[in-house]
Amino acid sequence: MTIMKKLLTSAIASTLMVAGAQADISGDTVKIGYLADMSGTYRDLAGPNGLIALEMAVADFGGTVAGSKIEIVSSDDRNSPDVASATVRRWVENEDVDLVAGLVASSVSIAVSDILEEKDKLGIVSGSAASSITNEHCTPNHIHYVYDTYPLANGTASAVVKEGGKTWFILTADYAFGHALEGDVTRVVEANGGEVIQTLRHPFPTPDFSSFILQAQGSGADVVALANAGADTTNAINTAGEFGLTQSGQTLAALLLFLADVHALGVEAAQGIQLTTGWYWDMNDETRAWSDRFMEKTGVRPTMIHAGVYSSTIQYLNAIKATGSDDAQTVRKQMMATPINDMFTSNGRIREDGRMVHDMYLAEVKTPEESKGEWDLYKILRTIPADEAYRPLSESKCPLVTGK
Amino acid sequence: MSMILGVPLAVLSGQLLLGVINGAFYALLSLGLAVIFGLLKIINFAHGAMYMLGAMATVILFDTLGVNYWVALFVAPVLVGCLGMAIEYFLLRRIGGQDHIYSLLLTFGVALMIQGILTNIYGVSGLRYSMPDVFKGGMNLGFMFLPYYRAWVIVMALLVCFGTWFMIEKTKLGAYLRAGTEDSQLLQGFGINVPLLVSLTYGFGVMLAAFAGVLAAPIYSVTPGMGSHILIVVFAVVVIGGMGSIAGAIITGILMGVVEGLTKTFYPQASSAVIFLVMVVVLLIRPSGLFGKEA
Amino acid sequence: MSESAQHADIQKTMLAQQKSEHRKKQILNLVLLALLLVAPAVLYPVFLMKILCFALFAVAFNLLLGYTGLLSFGHAAFLASGAYTTGYLLSNYSGLTTEMGILAGTAVATLLGLGFAVVAIRRQGIYFAMITLALAQLMFFFFVQSEFTGGEDGLHGVPRGYLFGFIDLSDNMNMYYFVLAVFLASYLLVQRVVSSPFGQVLKAIKQNEPRAISLGYNVNQYKLLAFVMSSGLAGLAGSLKTVVFQLASLNDAHWHLSGEVILMTLIGGTGTLLGPVVGATFVVNLEYQLSQGPLGDWVDAILGAIFVLTVIAFRSGIIGEVQKFMRKNLS
Repeated sequence: MTIMKKLLTSAIASTLMVAGAQADISGDTVKIGYLADMSGTYRDLAGPNGLIALEMAVADFGGTVAGSKIEIVSSDDRNSPDVASATVRRWVENEDVDLVAGLVASSVSIAVSDILEEKDKLGIVSGSAASSITNEHCTPNHIHYVYDTYPLANGTASAVVKEGGKTWFILTADYAFGHALEGDVTRVVEANGGEVIQTLRHPFPTPDFSSFILQAQGSGADVVALANAGADTTNAINTAGEFGLTQSGQTLAALLLFLADVHALGVEAAQGIQLTTGWYWDMNDETRAWSDRFMEKTGVRPTMIHAGVYSSTIQYLNAIKATGSDDAQTVRKQMMATPINDMFTSNGRIREDGRMVHDMYLAEVKTPEESKGEWDLYKILRTIPADEAYRPLSESKCPLVTGK
Repeated sequence: MSMILGVPLAVLSGQLLLGVINGAFYALLSLGLAVIFGLLKIINFAHGAMYMLGAMATVILFDTLGVNYWVALFVAPVLVGCLGMAIEYFLLRRIGGQDHIYSLLLTFGVALMIQGILTNIYGVSGLRYSMPDVFKGGMNLGFMFLPYYRAWVIVMALLVCFGTWFMIEKTKLGAYLRAGTEDSQLLQGFGINVPLLVSLTYGFGVMLAAFAGVLAAPIYSVTPGMGSHILIVVFAVVVIGGMGSIAGAIITGILMGVVEGLTKTFYPQASSAVIFLVMVVVLLIRPSGLFGKEA
Repeated sequence: MSESAQHADIQKTMLAQQKSEHRKKQILNLVLLALLLVAPAVLYPVFLMKILCFALFAVAFNLLLGYTGLLSFGHAAFLASGAYTTGYLLSNYSGLTTEMGILAGTAVATLLGLGFAVVAIRRQGIYFAMITLALAQLMFFFFVQSEFTGGEDGLHGVPRGYLFGFIDLSDNMNMYYFVLAVFLASYLLVQRVVSSPFGQVLKAIKQNEPRAISLGYNVNQYKLLAFVMSSGLAGLAGSLKTVVFQLASLNDAHWHLSGEVILMTLIGGTGTLLGPVVGATFVVNLEYQLSQGPLGDWVDAILGAIFVLTVIAFRSGIIGEVQKFMRKNLS
């Protein structure tokens, strides 16, 4: 046993002894580590602006909670699970970090949650899409906050099938995320009486989609669904526009599309695309007010991940305030017991598998005539109630739910 | 409908045509690389970054100064070409005479820098550039819908490729250039400013990449990362064609576009890897590439 | 003084100089060793292990670039194959002791190296670099497509297990000294190799290949052996890394990593033993420092600038420059 560990154990022991007298907060500071891709592919979804959202939350809380200081550290994970796990190990073992926030690439989130479970610290995943994070990869030490692939497929696919898109062509990014999304979409389409006539897997990343779009046209399917993300999705949408995919009567459905992507595409190219989102800046006064503050600091409108980082941090700090403790399990229990009502959602709740379930929205990208400004991009068509949107616990493979 | 290996002929001809169009991009890019390597023995790993700069410049020029597509088609490559000459003058010149592996490492560093800086300024989601109005729409070829712009790309790319080949292989200027690589001192003796010629050549090779970038701007996502992926593919093309062979780069570029297009039809997952497979096989059979001179 | 006496005199001083230089080196090595032994008391052991793994990777790479003059642009493939093999075996066969998993990873990387070498070894310069890159890209495709690698999620929660069945590696200190021991053993191996007659031939090939051929050496065989050794050690580095971090991912196989190891070796000093170690320490540290600070999003630009600066101004790297300085001022 090392000196460090001995010191740590004795420190914990002494904190426990005075627990009755004082707030039970390790090191008398609540330390939040923000880990995200700050320079690579996912930079615009969370990235440096996500850190600003986190800082806003801490500032709004007054910089202290339960008499202890709140500190923020941040690091670039470079989309690498190696870098991420090295950083998080260091944070929790040496720097007494209590919460890891941000977390974008699924591989990073899964790697980090392993460590958090081992060290019994808490993580809130705001950026990742994989629904496996709270399914087969669930742990008692992390919460998945904003969205996942399940409601994305559910919301968009069921809406499109109901509107008459019976036959589907799915263009899938050839990696785990794409495969998961493809599986979810197929299930939803078939459950609603539609049929998937062809799936095509493209390499990740693909700069030129013309060949795939041509094959999609040749398939004669009613709907061409894009089970990919980021630059692949925007490239595919651009090419579909160029080759007149929608003019020839086919519907284009993007399963994962962020505000930043739509902004990059522009309404001209993206108009009419239906998508599912967890949040949109222009939904009500509360969201607009927060977004204005965000935009003042960053110059852009927030994505749903930015909003999720802010909201989840506030929830976390509230739980510490209520319990006077920064112990991971105490805080998680408190967060699970508290319904979420804020600028992000109303009546959101955290389930035992760590999934935060909340209402999702089916949106459509506005036409150039409808759009009144650079960021006036979506109109909300329908609210998908929380229970309908997310994977029901009865289908869960999470050991925390199945008890295995 | 007639079928080939379970694929309708119409689909196949469409894929072939698209393959040729993509091949035209590869040809333009690998041509620039071949010019730079063939004449200067510089392995230009910044080529992808220059392609990206061409596209980014097109968008930025439009957004800030309202420069339209037609002007950008000329101005953006020239700007990038000037940057290339600056890189040659300030950086590459200092490692002249060293093993040319060093030029690879140096330009790799330059590419990282350029990409890193632009990512910080413009983010990664990409910039929007709308297609010039003349090119909106397309024609129905019977077996596929061909957007006008793609037709334009292929015509332009082939013109520039042919022009470059002609200039280097058939004109006096090209003769100087080739002489410069054989014996620069002798050429200097004839009163020709060889260092300037070197700068110009590097600038010209880079211009070709930037030109491809301008052509790409309306149809591909314009992002700071767009060059890094295409770079190694294009390198593979040049190696397959034979490093430094001008005609080889052009022909192989188009050929590889077609090979990739066919792979996208029969085994799409492998379409990004197929070129490397071809490269390994070709180098095993012909060590100096399809059109290379000697080993 | 007669000419022969003068000659003998010169020889004597040269010998003495060599001896004192040798002693200096020995002292330096002992100091470094002592530092490595006590380092985990002061610095975070996992971070140190990361440095050691990458240092080993760079040392392996340098055996090729620095001592044989071959630039491989596909070394990530070996690191990754070692990492995935070890990760897969340790995750799925709980009876396996850790060192067996690592040995298996190393063996697979060595075999892969042999395969690469057979294809690439006859090519030179840029062709060699490009063919290794192409082969590594094919491996990347294979890793993406294969089930056992876990696709882009990678392999997670690889158990560190017990060394020889009884030393608990989940303790960071045990793990550290194990990694250190493996690293030192590999380092000494490389040291022996490059100072052996075999290593001398490699250097001769690097300096002037036609001459080596004309001296009757079967150059390709020497190169092949160096390549296989280098890939095996790179695989070992990958295997160790998997055990330390308990994961293996596609990042290990990406061509950017092949570029990064070039940077490490170049910054430290190619063709020196200590160079790659210093370079790896420098790069890993720099990336870490940058990712923490406000310059986090500039990491690529800064790495690029360092690359450029090194190639232009310090081609012999940190260790090379230090050696030059010592020679100038201390002799």
